[in-house]
Amino acid sequence: MADVLIAVALLLVAATATAAVAVRDPARQALVLSVLGLTLTLLFTVLQAPDVALSQLAVGSALTPLLILLSVRKARRRSLDQVRAEKEAEEGGT
Amino acid sequence: MNRRLRMWVLLLGLAGTAALLVAAAFRLPAFGTGFHPYGDRAVHEALARQTANTVAAVNFDQRAFDTLGEETILFAAVLGTVVLLRQARDERHVEPAPADVAAPVRRYALVLLPVTLVAGLYIVAHGQLTPGGGFQGGVVAATALHLLYIAVDYRALERIRPLGLFEVGDAAGEAAYLVIGVAGLLAGSSYLANTILPHGTFNTLSSGGTVPLLNAAIGMEVACAVVVLLARFLDQAVEIEGEGANEGENEGEGERT
Repeated sequence: MADVLIAVALLLVAATATAAVAVRDPARQALVLSVLGLTLTLLFTVLQAPDVALSQLAVGSALTPLLILLSVRKARRRSLDQVRAEKEAEEGGT
Repeated sequence: MNRRLRMWVLLLGLAGTAALLVAAAFRLPAFGTGFHPYGDRAVHEALARQTANTVAAVNFDQRAFDTLGEETILFAAVLGTVVLLRQARDERHVEPAPADVAAPVRRYALVLLPVTLVAGLYIVAHGQLTPGGGFQGGVVAATALHLLYIAVDYRALERIRPLGLFEVGDAAGEAAYLVIGVAGLLAGSSYLANTILPHGTFNTLSSGGTVPLLNAAIGMEVACAVVVLLARFLDQAVEIEGEGANEGENEGEGERT
């Protein structure tokens, strides 16, 4: 029974990890990463490592995706600023 | 070095690593058996010091010096982030606008905030008894505060988060760990030795000697470090703008990522 649980958890981790690589949009990637953190938590719990599972739950599925989302937001805003500044420069020139 | 030669060097390195890994894997004890030479010794030592959670005994007693290294890594990383993400000369600070939050989200996050905070503190305090400890509980407690950003908006979070205090707390947590280590030296044994306090009664809050103290120091350091780290990222994402930004940008201020 325990072996079946471990196998299922390992397969879930492999599937979500592949999905995290396959998704190209960084904002969506952060969400998939959060799900990957949850499946890793499940794996560590099944392997009787609750301390590591707690760390994984707190950092991997909450903190890291949040940091990625904030970085994406900043990067998107900056590129928007640049596009706008270039447009203004063009309009000013003509 | 041309491309072909580089690929050959890479292949050689990969093949060597793969061969070593496979050779090492064959020498490992079989998966799921009862033979754990290191685990047995660690459990024996943990029980000798009245620490119910063996993982905590390994982290904060038998290998407390390793944990000092880990704590210092986090401290240095956050320090680096604070320096890197400060407001540069060509950036300006804009006030975040209030945001509309859906009523169910607001209610759920506000109910969850105190629960999460208490859960985090509980995990720190019971590190020597049950799974968890300063690191896990610290992250949970720090995350709890940020539920206010989800429930209300960034200005509300800033009001309950005196950043200077959290920066001091980060340094104080780091320093407390070092001081507890020195206390071991002064008591006549070695650095970070678990001999300065009585080990107490097994499976009670005050058991484990210095383990709960070190857990508290780590909990304080991690909670403050995560708050400071997230504050820098939030400032960059919400409040700090490059020179090229115009007034129209501010309309999107209240929306979330």
